[in-house]
Amino acid sequence: MRFNLRVWRQLNQASEGEFESYSIDRIGADLSFLEMIDHLNEALIEQKIRPIAFDHDCREGICGACSLIIDGVPHGPMGATTTCQLYMRHFEDGAEITIEPWRAGPFPVIQDLVVDRSPFERILQAGGYVSVHTGEAPDANVLLVSKEVAERAFEAANCIGCGACVTACPNASAMLFVAAKVTHLALLPQGQPERERRVVKMVEAMDAEGFGNCSNHYACADACPKQIPLSLIARLNREFLQSALLGREFGEDDLDCCHQE
Amino acid sequence: MISSKEIPDAKIPDGPLEQKWERCLDGLKLISPNNKRKYKVLVVGTGLAGASAAATLAELGYQVESFTFHDSPRRAHSVAAQGGINAAKNYRGDGDSIHRLFYDTIKGGDFRSREANVYRLAQVSNNIIDQCVAQGVPFAREYGGLLDNRSFGGALVSRTFYARGQTGQQLLLGAYGALNRQIHTGQIKLHTRTEMVDLVMEAGVARGIVTRDLVSGEIQAHLGDAVVLATGGYSNAFYLSTNAATCNVTASYRAYKRGALFANPSFTQIHPTCIPMSHEGQSKLTLMSESLRNHGRIWVPKQAADQRSPQQIPESERDYFLERKYPAYGNLSPRDISSRAVKEVCDEGRGVGAMGRSVYLDFGEAIEQLGVEKISEHYGNLFEMYQHITDENPYQTPMRIYPAAHYTMGGLWVDYHLMSNLPGLFVVGEANFSDHGANRLGASALMQGLADGYFILPQTLGDYLADKKPATEPTSTAADAVVAESQQQSEALLALNGDCSIRSLHRELGGILWNHCGMSRTATGLGEAIEQLGELKQKFWQRGMVGGSGEVLNQELEQAGRVADFIEFGELMCRDALQREESCGAHFREEYQEQGEAARNDADFSHVTAWAHKGEDQPPESHCETLQFESIHAGKRNYE
Ligand SMILES: Cc1cc2nc3c(=O)[nH]c(=O)nc-3n(C[C@H](O)[C@H](O)[C@H](O)COP(=O)(O)OP(=O)(O)OC[C@H]3O[C@@H](n4cnc5c(N)ncnc54)[C@H](O)[C@@H]3O)c2cc1C
Ligand code: SF4
Ligand code: FES
Repeated sequence: MRFNLRVWRQLNQASEGEFESYSIDRIGADLSFLEMIDHLNEALIEQKIRPIAFDHDCREGICGACSLIIDGVPHGPMGATTTCQLYMRHFEDGAEITIEPWRAGPFPVIQDLVVDRSPFERILQAGGYVSVHTGEAPDANVLLVSKEVAERAFEAANCIGCGACVTACPNASAMLFVAAKVTHLALLPQGQPERERRVVKMVEAMDAEGFGNCSNHYACADACPKQIPLSLIARLNREFLQSALLGREFGEDDLDCCHQE
Repeated sequence: MISSKEIPDAKIPDGPLEQKWERCLDGLKLISPNNKRKYKVLVVGTGLAGASAAATLAELGYQVESFTFHDSPRRAHSVAAQGGINAAKNYRGDGDSIHRLFYDTIKGGDFRSREANVYRLAQVSNNIIDQCVAQGVPFAREYGGLLDNRSFGGALVSRTFYARGQTGQQLLLGAYGALNRQIHTGQIKLHTRTEMVDLVMEAGVARGIVTRDLVSGEIQAHLGDAVVLATGGYSNAFYLSTNAATCNVTASYRAYKRGALFANPSFTQIHPTCIPMSHEGQSKLTLMSESLRNHGRIWVPKQAADQRSPQQIPESERDYFLERKYPAYGNLSPRDISSRAVKEVCDEGRGVGAMGRSVYLDFGEAIEQLGVEKISEHYGNLFEMYQHITDENPYQTPMRIYPAAHYTMGGLWVDYHLMSNLPGLFVVGEANFSDHGANRLGASALMQGLADGYFILPQTLGDYLADKKPATEPTSTAADAVVAESQQQSEALLALNGDCSIRSLHRELGGILWNHCGMSRTATGLGEAIEQLGELKQKFWQRGMVGGSGEVLNQELEQAGRVADFIEFGELMCRDALQREESCGAHFREEYQEQGEAARNDADFSHVTAWAHKGEDQPPESHCETLQFESIHAGKRNYE
């Protein structure tokens, strides 16, 4: 197969980027999309052109590192998959393919197709965990968890933190990501003691990082490789409101509820 | 036996096996809570081992700095572990116990690991499950709300806890949460996109590390009171492996060059069930979890070169070779044995697929008995992944699998306290050599990483620090010298301007190691490999190509440093395989076999071989730690 590629090239955060065109030939249909870029890079190296930088690691759809917008769609045209799980057989021979980095204010470009997703880290650091010291835990079977609840919690915990939801959203909202994280722990008995505190802390951190609000475009769930359900955003709103109310009932300052739309 | 030097004291406590860990704990020197915060520990790696260690050390009150070359701790390779984690809970009441988990693990490793370490691992396994559940890890449950279990290879009980096919991801999110909690309180300082490129030794103790900031290119030293390496395994020496693309040996290898002993480098696991290679441009191989063997049956046609589709081959003409050869364990025979059996049937010309290098893993019968829904509940994501990659639907046609490089049992030598021979340098997780001997059983790497990180290292490290005054000097001339050397190395790599891409050199390295130091090894082959690796090293420095700048993100430069280390390290793997004139576990020397099975030689090789670096142009020196089996008899490893 052969392809014409338009690829975003940008040396570093300070520099201006632009599209460059490359054509590539003799690509097998079984090659993955990232292997196709590996090939292009080898060819560029031969011509002494700086190879294209992109994030990747596991190449199995689980680490959340890979992050390309392909023909305008985060993680490409397949849906419900990561960039690394795309294969060239999903593209037409001779196609022109445009490859860009995540586009979102809070995720600045570091180089070419690599962006800085550290705002996600700070949201999770603010409260995305259960506070339990090593060695403090009771026997694992002391608290029963119904199979259904465990499965639902798993489905939320399945988020790989890739950020496709943010780049897909016209407001660069991180609601789906935060909703997935909040839901995972809110469903489990182990997450109950910090349930209110957690959601408030995480939402505050999300707002502080400059992510936008949700205005019901639903682009996030379409882009999500792990099919995190949109309905979790409603749950996030509910969790947040409830926690805010609890505080208000006991006379605390009003929490900033501006992300509610 | 080859004459070699003895190893430093492994500090194995006295007393009966069951009491050793307790006795060790009782004897450890303690540091008061007020004083703990005067010590700084540098933890490299944020996988299961590193994240759990850093979080627990911080909880105890130490200042911790944590390093990863990933952009987030949770992208560490541990995230990709699929099948599960073992523990001796015996929730199933199927006869499991700490002793049985211990025995299965040490037998699985073909009696090439330390009795005391493996027993301790089995002892703390239960605490790990408790800890992870308390963190909110959504393990699979039964309808009654209790935790579910499944079976893995090399065991006759169900002791594996799992979260669909994504156990590593879920465990890592738990450990990452613990890490994040400490980052939030300021107890841990996290450095992402920061790669350790060397170790700083000063006055005979590990004093710090030198790192390269992958975005700015800055090379600098970080100093502390102890260094913990949790930098994972080196299967990517084979180029094609199931590991994530950036896994590498650099941190361990640089520590080796600074004097740390490297133990059993040739003990590398080739996993039987991976998606076979399908094209030249392939960049990795994908594991299909061993858990699939709970329901999948492995077979090939009885006849060589049978071209029929699997559906056309009647039952009577199929050879379920694992069930035939090892009836007691069948499809759940250990990895080394299963991989060799797969290779053997393919060598006989009975392999299937276009290149004849694969065997069937068939779910037909299980689907008939349990239905599609049940099978998809167990393995949905794995089946999906398989279909993505191969464009074949495993619900309809059997999977095709072939062995691939997967895990490395070898690693930096550590004593019972998980400290290397260099005082102050500790090693945890896959990066050390400690618990798996010559072959690791499924679902025990996650167990070991978390045992080391949550429960063992945080205790033993205090004992080392208790004798030391907290380091107060903000600079060190030793560190300055190492920084300068690292800068030189970086410049030398940047200057490479030949005609071979780093990837092509890595691919070449992989070919040499796979052919000569893979599933089957011979003295002649290993000798050839050592020669070829010497030539490859020259080729790397003469014809390699890096270019670009050192002051911006430069992924070629990163990879070049890793591949340079892999090439040198490959030679160490081959030397180790060459000197071990026996077959044991995953190390199969064709010269040493009995009726096709590995022939161990306990009289001469019941030991760990650990290698010391002796300078660039000198051969390394082998040291040996004799393995003492006091509580069990190292019998023949029989799965029949
Ligand atoms: C596909 C797959 C499936 C598996 N499934 C299972 C399973 O079901 N059960 C099981 O028990 N085991 C399984 N394993 C094995 C297990 O996942 C690993 O052995 C284990 O996760 C290793 O953990 P670790 O913490 O030691 O290292 P890793 O998770 O590899 O982490 C290494 C860390 O070190 C960092 N690092 C490395 N070098 C440097 C450096 N120079 N500078 C800075 N940072 C550095 C990395 O960034 C990373 O954070 C599987 C392995 C694979 C490949
Ligand atoms: S919610 Fe989906 S798209 Fe967003 S970070 Fe998680 S996995 Fe990625
Ligand atoms: S590279 Fe890990 S999810 Fe794509």
